[in-house]
Amino acid sequence: MGSPLMPGEKLLRLRWLFVLVVATIALAGYAMLYSAAGGHHAPWAWRHALRFAVATVLMLAIALTDIRVFYRLAYPLYAAAVAGLVAVEFLGEIGKGAQRWLDLGFVQLQPSEIMKVALVLALARVFHGKELADLGNPLSLVVPLGLVLVPVVLVLWQPDLGTAVMLLAASGTVFFAAGVRWWKFALLIGGALAALPVLWGQMHDYQRQRVLTFLDPETDPLGAGYHIIQSKIALGSGGLWGKGFMNGSQSQLNFLPEKQTDFVFTMLAEELGLVGALAVLALCLIVVAYGLSFAMHARSQFARLLALGMACTFGLYVMINVAMVTGLIPVVGVPLPLISYGGTAMLTAMVGFGLLLSADIHRDVTIPLFADDVG
Amino acid sequence: MHHREAERQRAFSRRALLLGGLNGAAFAALGVRLYHLQVEQGPAYATLADRNRVDERLLMPERGGLFDRTGRVLARNRPVYRIRVVREQAGDLRPVLARLATLIELSPEHIARVIERAEARRAFVPVTVRDDLTWGEVSAVALSTPELPGVSLDAGTRRDYVAGASMAHIVGYVGPVAEAELTGDPLLSMPEMRIGKNGIERVYDMALRGAAGMARLEVNAFGREIRELARVESTSGRDVRLSVDAELQRVVYERLALERSASAVVLDAQRGDVLALASAPGFDPALFENGIRTADWKALTADTLAPLVNKAVTGQYPPGSTFKMVVAMAALEAGAIDPATRIRCTGRTWLGGHAFHCWRKEGHGSLSVVNALAQSCDCFFYEAARRVGIDRIAAMAGRCGLGAELGVDLPAERPGLVPTIAWKKRRLGQGWHQGETLVAGIGQGYVLATPLQLAVMAARIGTGRAVLPRLVREAAEEAEPLAIDPGILAVVREGMVAVVNGGGGTARRAALDIPDVRMAGKTGTSQVRRITTAQRAANLHKRKDKPWEERHHALFVGYAPALAPRFAVSVVVEHGESGSAAAAPIARELLEAAFRLVPPDPLVADGTPPTRAGSRES
Repeated sequence: MGSPLMPGEKLLRLRWLFVLVVATIALAGYAMLYSAAGGHHAPWAWRHALRFAVATVLMLAIALTDIRVFYRLAYPLYAAAVAGLVAVEFLGEIGKGAQRWLDLGFVQLQPSEIMKVALVLALARVFHGKELADLGNPLSLVVPLGLVLVPVVLVLWQPDLGTAVMLLAASGTVFFAAGVRWWKFALLIGGALAALPVLWGQMHDYQRQRVLTFLDPETDPLGAGYHIIQSKIALGSGGLWGKGFMNGSQSQLNFLPEKQTDFVFTMLAEELGLVGALAVLALCLIVVAYGLSFAMHARSQFARLLALGMACTFGLYVMINVAMVTGLIPVVGVPLPLISYGGTAMLTAMVGFGLLLSADIHRDVTIPLFADDVG
Repeated sequence: MHHREAERQRAFSRRALLLGGLNGAAFAALGVRLYHLQVEQGPAYATLADRNRVDERLLMPERGGLFDRTGRVLARNRPVYRIRVVREQAGDLRPVLARLATLIELSPEHIARVIERAEARRAFVPVTVRDDLTWGEVSAVALSTPELPGVSLDAGTRRDYVAGASMAHIVGYVGPVAEAELTGDPLLSMPEMRIGKNGIERVYDMALRGAAGMARLEVNAFGREIRELARVESTSGRDVRLSVDAELQRVVYERLALERSASAVVLDAQRGDVLALASAPGFDPALFENGIRTADWKALTADTLAPLVNKAVTGQYPPGSTFKMVVAMAALEAGAIDPATRIRCTGRTWLGGHAFHCWRKEGHGSLSVVNALAQSCDCFFYEAARRVGIDRIAAMAGRCGLGAELGVDLPAERPGLVPTIAWKKRRLGQGWHQGETLVAGIGQGYVLATPLQLAVMAARIGTGRAVLPRLVREAAEEAEPLAIDPGILAVVREGMVAVVNGGGGTARRAALDIPDVRMAGKTGTSQVRRITTAQRAANLHKRKDKPWEERHHALFVGYAPALAPRFAVSVVVEHGESGSAAAAPIARELLEAAFRLVPPDPLVADGTPPTRAGSRES
């Protein structure tokens, strides 16, 4: 364990280039929201900017916080997130349909978003305490699997298929990075495939409809398939160079649904073309690469898994959102972090970046395997 | 410990790199997908986007107006404001419509219907909430639009039938296009499109419709117009000017409406112009404009008096004694009788051991054809018919305009029926009995005529010309002379003058109260043996309990002035019992009204039409 770092040293270690890349992505989001409003800061762009500013402060605060604090907080945070999920399930009849919010008076929180961070933290801590040899014993996976299944079931209950998929996928990467054997994944995936018919039976009609429509959007071009068809038309018509900032006819003329949230990337691709779309994807990939690099350089397994989990969560957000708007997967309602309008999603992303940065700044910090006295 | 930790870190790094590779591969795949959509398929999507953006919208042509012979408006398009709502923009329709109900009149049932209609359509299709708003309602809604998401005001038109029920059977009505009426003409698919469903509106529909224009609009996904790119104006439909005199028509209809069920036709005797043609009871044509409501439709169709049926052209009645002129002319032409021939009426005529009764049990004594017409003696015409035979009677009836459609510009005109021996063989597969000739001689039995045919018959006898009825005003050749010897016509006319003006005439009470103008005519009272169209329509023939339905029909045909006929008239009062008591007085009133209201025809005066009416296209 190296000597404790002074705040000034920490700021020096901070990867400002990473912060710059993140800010650039957020700036693209700001520009698209400005365009979506037809050249107005209201109602989305200025709030987006404000949120980003607040979230940046939060990110930096987290980045400078000792990684061991998060190690200690991992289980309590997880418990709080589960409690929040249960609370919205039974108390939180607030908001609309799938998106359940918990109104804490001063702020509205979406426990399922908190869970995206809390689950990775909890898994990182569990696996931190397990050596590779331990993982050979299937019983060692019971606790982490339980940690995953509880929130996934609660989120599916809400119902929020997008978040459930995110939680499962992010957890999968942590399990994998922790060293769980290949064949166990094969077994799990096989089991999941076998469970598909059961899942189908549990699904809401609108979810089934989404899947069916995804398989053949043309069957319902004005109903459920409308969004994806319009998204492909808008995106495809953007061409190589795009129609120009604020000139996306499909987006501007409202053919594009929810252009400020889930389909913001479509608008970006229409107005800025393949070049703009690839640039944004490249920036996102840089963020993921940074995160994985931070993970590989950390000395504690907890920091490694945390950084990797957060990086992959971000990558998954981007992949699922872009795959969704390009018609590769069904529309599941996952925003594009930093670009889509939406407070909680930005908060989750920035908290994740804060943890990434913290893992990087405190990369030399070691955490005893089973010790509770990490402080 | 350290070794194992190093091993764990190596394992982690391997797998982290692998995950990084997977991320990179996934992002690359997304890049390829984007390249595929934006570059390879980009042009195709650009085309789709353009088509998406440009909406070619049909512009409704204004429907032609309908006018009476003097230019009075019968049907016109009145601009109306209507409220429409787009479900997608409204979010939840219920609170929006509830809010709207505080501003305009909207019953809960109405709201329920609107929601039902809206939910049956796609979310972005506007649905009309109400049209025909008052100015007060328009301004109330306009002021509150910020609180009414998805609600918009726009202008449309409504067809106004100025003359209302009095003209309904002639003008007809328009209504929404039914599924079966779609021809592929895109104009018909427009939700606001109305087409003629009955009457002149239907017969002249193609001319009245006009041609659609087209606007190329840039629209957003809600179909809301952003700007107009190009425009081809629509062509309004042509106006149609009818031969009818709206004022006379109103008088005729209102008079007939005093009866339970009646119809009448007033013609310009020389030219055949239909000046009035009415059937009572009638209906309000405005009911149909937006598709008639089920309750209204049920009420109209369940009415035993068949208000929807235009009995003047569709009702087929035994003409009764009004047929006697035909029999007289046939007999005179064939030489079976001559003007001096006298036939004795004892109250009954015997044929093959079967008695045929005269309406006057004690008999009329010895009568000439003129006396027989005046007093409507049945025995005289039994004998005349027996002498001349059914086929020659039928031929004469045909020349008088009976037994075939006259081709008037109205839907559902019926041909009536004039039997012949061949007809019976063909139709019923039976030989003709002479008794049937006798029955036909007094306009009973198989003989059927429509009120329109009876008016034409009166006009032809009165003028000696083969007048054809017309509903549309246009200059026309004078009708051909009728192929009947003028001497024969003169004899019959003398009888008809005596009916109204003679000592023993059956319609003396119907003499006109106009100086120097005499009416010639003929009463008729026909037995209800056949089922009238109206009854058939109403299934009335199955209910024999009501005595009214078994009473005789009362008929009258006539023309005036007697020596130079200007107007011809026919009146049928269903189950009116007596032609002289029920029908003749009405005919007199109608003719008096015609003399009072209808000016001499300017078309006849100088030979040039005042306006050119729209002509028929289909």
